[in-house]
Amino acid sequence: MTTDAAFGNGPLRILIAEDNHSDRMILHAILTRQGHEVVMATDGMEAVEAFHREAPQMVLLDAMMPRMDGLEAAREIKAAAGEQLVPIIFLTSLSDPESLASCLEVGGDDFLSKPYNRVILRAKINAFRRMRELHQSLQNERDRTHQRNEQMLHEQEMARRVFDNIAHRGCLGAENIRYEASPMSIFNGDVLFASPKPSGGVHLFVGDFTGHGLPAAIGAVPLAEIFYGMTAKGFAISDILREMNRKMQAILPTGVFCCAAMVDLNLKSGHAEVWNGGLPSGYLLRHDGSRDELRSRHLPLGILPADRFSAACERHAMEVGEHLLLCSDGVMESVNREGEMFGEDRILEVLAGGGTPSDVFERLRGAVRSFAEGVGSEDDITILDVAMAEESLLEAVEPEVLPDTGAGPLDWEMTYELRNETLARFNPVPLLLHICMDVPGLRLFSGELYTIITELFNNALEHGVLRLPSSLKDSPAGFSRYYSERERLLGEIRHGAVSIRLEHRPDPQRRGGRLLIRVEDSGDGFSGEALSQSLAHNGLSGRGLALVRQLCNNVRLCGKGNCIEAEFVWHAGRGESRSGVSEEGNSHE
Amino acid sequence: MSDQQHLDHEALTELRDVMEDEFNILINTFLQDADERLRQLSEAARAEDADSFRKVAHSFKGSCINIGAPILAECCFAAEQAGREDNLSQSGQQVAAIEEELATVSEQLRRYVRE
Repeated sequence: MTTDAAFGNGPLRILIAEDNHSDRMILHAILTRQGHEVVMATDGMEAVEAFHREAPQMVLLDAMMPRMDGLEAAREIKAAAGEQLVPIIFLTSLSDPESLASCLEVGGDDFLSKPYNRVILRAKINAFRRMRELHQSLQNERDRTHQRNEQMLHEQEMARRVFDNIAHRGCLGAENIRYEASPMSIFNGDVLFASPKPSGGVHLFVGDFTGHGLPAAIGAVPLAEIFYGMTAKGFAISDILREMNRKMQAILPTGVFCCAAMVDLNLKSGHAEVWNGGLPSGYLLRHDGSRDELRSRHLPLGILPADRFSAACERHAMEVGEHLLLCSDGVMESVNREGEMFGEDRILEVLAGGGTPSDVFERLRGAVRSFAEGVGSEDDITILDVAMAEESLLEAVEPEVLPDTGAGPLDWEMTYELRNETLARFNPVPLLLHICMDVPGLRLFSGELYTIITELFNNALEHGVLRLPSSLKDSPAGFSRYYSERERLLGEIRHGAVSIRLEHRPDPQRRGGRLLIRVEDSGDGFSGEALSQSLAHNGLSGRGLALVRQLCNNVRLCGKGNCIEAEFVWHAGRGESRSGVSEEGNSHE
Repeated sequence: MSDQQHLDHEALTELRDVMEDEFNILINTFLQDADERLRQLSEAARAEDADSFRKVAHSFKGSCINIGAPILAECCFAAEQAGREDNLSQSGQQVAAIEEELATVSEQLRRYVRE
């Protein structure tokens, strides 16, 4: 008989509730000899008490008992057992179907009829033991799943905070930008970045990684670093896109990529450069109610190797108050209760719905929300809306300042020379700016330095090496001819050089310093009068060098006129900066 | 011959096997309980309490089936049915029949235990 205990998973604790003394004795004998532990009760009330006290794993219950009958006791025991499966076997000599049915209705699991038979009883107990084990393992599995889910949400929360630390900076809070994005959108694979450029204007980025969850989120971190890091260093939109594509191609597994659109919004000149690779069409919303479609012209980021990737952007003029709208495919793929998708047609309906360009964002957001109401797909929606604005708007946006390590170089000089075809292919400004940014405290002046180095380099390249006459730029038509001529000459360049010398000296109190920027080209140079003319020129052409003169303490021509030296004196802490870098210095137009 | 009808010997053999050295205690317990049931039945019949009559008869029937007394179980079942139908007109005869059969079963069980 002891083998019974070994069979299955050891003995069970079984409650017997039976008012007949002799019947109770028989059951007790059968069960104890099969190795089980037996708890006895003589009526329903005792049975419920014993259940609470002894927590038996199985209950044998007489249907008809004094005080509380078996049906009521079964109901209470099942309620007390809760999620635990405690099988109840009714002991019965009842025979009418209705009585038997009512036993099952109150939660009974089976019957055992009199006379008690030990073989049948053993088989039933073993069957219920297996059921209990199955139930238990299902519950454990469910609890583990629940636990894992909790843990995953917790980890996502942590991951999101790490991501926010990388991507929170930037200017999504700027007055001309509105957006819709779920706080956990990164785990839908959606990313949204905006950052002011050191040269003025804004870079914007909407991305949508394939897939969901962690695999979709993991690529967002390097993407954010590239976007914010390169934008702050003054890289152009095409450089940033190329680097993003290279990085995504290197790190993402096959089949994972990032549909994306990037915008370079130039507030100064009033135009937007747009690149769209795989995102749904964006729209430029005009004052007159018309719209330009910003169609995807490229493959998503992370697919093409660097030599086949194109960062070519479309250039669109925008007037102040005109809007640019981008969204991830979550908008089109939003599903309503009937399982229909929102679709492109509904987007176009919203766009055609009249109103001003600035109304469209709210109307689109409202339309998608009410469409998908109660379905729970709103979390996947990412919409970005940006308005062309006056340049002064961005002054309210604090530039992102990376903390100085304080350990950078203070006293140094370097010379960097670009030669021949490299002049046409490589923009040295971000690299040089990056070097300057290593000087502790100088980071606050990245915008000014970007402008100074860019203008001096372009001056040397365009007038010195390419010999373009600046007078061409006097009219708008000449302006565009100037640039097409510039492109042509750059393509043909075989010989020439531009040398940039940077020299930094700290001031004696270490409260700032002096940066000397000397740019020399291989050209013929030009006379002092031409320079002073150029510096005095108020037209379009002279703008660049005049700006340099405003930003620097001292600008002078040297050599045979093929060399300009500019001196930038700075003081630690922006509030105490030179009066030369004043309001009128920046708003020269 | 009549022994076979009053007691189910196969069932008793099985019970002896299950109960081992507690078999005698079981039989004595049954007989004591049976006397008590009989007293309760007479009481319910006298008080014309059909529900109580039914319940006692049902419970008594159960222990008779388990102990292996089929005719006594039949008598109890008849009483249970009468109680359920709320008809105690025959209750006197029914109690008498149970009493008579119990005397036989009791006598035979005692003999069985002694064997």
